[in-house]
Amino acid sequence: MTEYLLLLLGTALVNNVVLVKFLGLCPFMGVSNKVDSALGMGLATTFVLTLAAVASWLLEFYVLQPLNLGFLRILTFILVIAAVVQFTEMAVKKVSPALYQVLGIFLPLITTNCAVLGVALLNVQQHHGFVESVLYGFGSAVGFTLVLLIFSGLRERLALSDVPKAFAGAPIGFIVAGLLSLAFMGFSGLVTS
Amino acid sequence: MKLFKIRGGVHPDDRKKLSANKAIEPMPMPKLLRIPLQQHIGAPAEPVVRKGDKVLKGQLLADSKSVISAAVHAPTSGQIMAIGNYMAPHPSGLPIRTITLKPDHDDRWIELPAEVDPFTLTLDEIVKRVADAGIVGMGGATFPSAVKLGLRKRYELHTLVLNGAECEPYLTCDDRLMREQADDILDGIRIMMHALQVEQALIAIENNKPEALAAMREASSGFNKIKVINVPTRYPMGSEKHLVQTLTGKETPARALTADIGIVVHNVATAHAVHDAVRFGRPLISRVVTVSGGAIQQPRNLHVLIGTPVQDLLDYCGGFLEQPSHILSGGPMMGHPIPDTKVPVIKGFNGVIALTAKETAIRPPMPCIRCANCVTACPCGLVPLEMAARARNGDLQGAVDLGLMDCIACGSCAYVCPAHVPLVQYFNYAKGELTLRQRAEHKQAETKRLAEQRAVRIEHQKKAKREAMMRRRQEAARKKAAAQTTETEV
Amino acid sequence: MLAAITSLTILGIALGYLLGLASRYLKVEGNPLQAEIEELLPGSQCGQCGYPGCTAAADAIANSQAEITICPPGGLALVEKLASKLGVSIDLSSVEDKAPMVAFVNEALCIGCTKCFKQCPTDALAGGPKQIHTVISDACTGCEKCVDICPTECVAMRPVPITLQDWHWPKPDAVVVTQVSVV
Repeated sequence: MTEYLLLLLGTALVNNVVLVKFLGLCPFMGVSNKVDSALGMGLATTFVLTLAAVASWLLEFYVLQPLNLGFLRILTFILVIAAVVQFTEMAVKKVSPALYQVLGIFLPLITTNCAVLGVALLNVQQHHGFVESVLYGFGSAVGFTLVLLIFSGLRERLALSDVPKAFAGAPIGFIVAGLLSLAFMGFSGLVTS
Repeated sequence: MKLFKIRGGVHPDDRKKLSANKAIEPMPMPKLLRIPLQQHIGAPAEPVVRKGDKVLKGQLLADSKSVISAAVHAPTSGQIMAIGNYMAPHPSGLPIRTITLKPDHDDRWIELPAEVDPFTLTLDEIVKRVADAGIVGMGGATFPSAVKLGLRKRYELHTLVLNGAECEPYLTCDDRLMREQADDILDGIRIMMHALQVEQALIAIENNKPEALAAMREASSGFNKIKVINVPTRYPMGSEKHLVQTLTGKETPARALTADIGIVVHNVATAHAVHDAVRFGRPLISRVVTVSGGAIQQPRNLHVLIGTPVQDLLDYCGGFLEQPSHILSGGPMMGHPIPDTKVPVIKGFNGVIALTAKETAIRPPMPCIRCANCVTACPCGLVPLEMAARARNGDLQGAVDLGLMDCIACGSCAYVCPAHVPLVQYFNYAKGELTLRQRAEHKQAETKRLAEQRAVRIEHQKKAKREAMMRRRQEAARKKAAAQTTETEV
Repeated sequence: MLAAITSLTILGIALGYLLGLASRYLKVEGNPLQAEIEELLPGSQCGQCGYPGCTAAADAIANSQAEITICPPGGLALVEKLASKLGVSIDLSSVEDKAPMVAFVNEALCIGCTKCFKQCPTDALAGGPKQIHTVISDACTGCEKCVDICPTECVAMRPVPITLQDWHWPKPDAVVVTQVSVV
């Protein structure tokens, strides 16, 4: 049990996908202007990421490995991820049209979110079992959502402050992201052994 | 009596010495009086006289036509020269409905009712007399006093608080009034206590006015229900919610009235006006105004008729020592700039303050350094720097969420700000803008309603037209059929 | 080789089938956003936005074909509501530039033809046949429909005068960064 908890914490904080592995940076910069939309994006990505981790593990161990089709790995994973994203898009459009409008192009772009494919591939690379894969996917997604929320909160406050002209907009955003990344590096001292 | 602490506040140099020792003097009669029809919060009064009418001192010029409004009376006898628009004594300088009166210098009173003992009148009669006299809160808020005296019907009241704090620097009009006419004020207080049916009255006076304190103590010595209380000198002690908290330890709920906790607050000058109105039937036609500030030759306390041009007051005080950078109505903390010295004195003017550039010490604003001095100073427990940042970036709703509507615009935050950020100015802007938007929203809802009504009406008309057409067609068909039958018969 | 082709084909077909099913169950009729936007619009069908009515305008806004600032009668309040609904950042300067206008009837020229108040979407024009018409300013949305229809050109648009009730303190100037001399 402790092992799983450690895995979850480790993926969410210590090995955070965005700030430590630098995956999924486009939505991180793109949909972080408002906390509300960031939360929506985070939840959508969580759904996709967890489901993709599950589906890719199943495919890997029941289709690709028995048939010795390792070279098709990226192709099949992308296929599965695209299908899940399509489904998510339909669901969001049905449930919350306003959120659908707010997320705009970033919703279908979850397909190409490197975090999603990255997590699926890392699962294979690190020889995770099924439960571990699920936790790894979910943990990464929680980490992604957490960071997106923190960053959008920071950017909301940033919008109120006097930023020198040369730094206004994206530049100060990147600087803040860098500082946030430094802060997350501190979590590497959380789990020792 | 035990006093309670309030949050925040500032200690500006009170500069009351300039005029505190000058007795109240009457002003000579001005050449023209301009009396605005709205000198109070609420609906403007409706004129009941016409151009050319001769009026007597104290005669009703304009009557209040709605619940929250106040009547306006002639400050002296004379002739109505015009009823039109004139520059308002308001920072915008926009026109306001104004009656122009030319004094005939007889200063003849209209026939006043005989002096009555107020304690033989019914409570409603007292309130009516106050309303008929056009009395408004004379501390500057100008809320119709009769409405406040009628609160007994809706709230359970136990205490009347008399606000003699006069916490604004420079102003000494209430101080002088308490020193010179303590007995009249006390009579007014007793009348108000009677009208409100409260158990006790507390007269709160800041401890920088020892003479006023002594005078009021002496006047109230015979009445054990009336207590004079020495409150610490600290701005904004005169804010009614903060005064109540200092005296009773009870905090008025956000956006509620002090009446919700059983307390009504009136200004001491209002008590004086109530004494005049209820006992002698004299309407509110004059008030005491402090003329002070570093730019004034001879600072004074003047007894001024409502409608006197501010310029007359300045001239009477010897004009300017040097060109002032600001001329304000009210005190330097919450007072408003006067658009021009030709504007008249109105019921809510407690002072005309001409400040030199050195006194105002206005400096260009610099970026906020988040020192939180404003947070410490805010008497309402708000976070001015955050509210101002939101107001500046157009996030008015964000400012409201942080408590903008609980801000009393006392200006303590802007006073202490080391970066000279115009904090209270942002709040005043944001509040005004929000009111405007609310009005726009209201108008939009109204538009929607009108459009829907019109759609229904047009649909109705169309239907009626169709039905009429159908009826005509049927009629024609029937006639035709009848004609055919007759034809065949023939 | 065969295994690769078959497995990918099967996977593709299976996923496609599932998505097809999902799209049937999650079908969205029309654009629900449009109804929500139309609810916010004034509904006076004045046409100042360039669309034939509020429904068309709501449709255009929902499909991002129109700016959220197209509705003059809605004013700033509406723009803010739409912006928060759609998560758009707004350029308020373009809205504030337009001072609100109301119609005004030049009574010397009015012939009492009643054409204008038949057009008015909010019944803001009062009068009768052969009587001089007048505008109820509070109800006028400034849509200019009456201006176009008037045969004697006696209706003009005037900016709404600022009154003491409307006036409020202006926004203080943005913070000026001044050079501070170090003593």
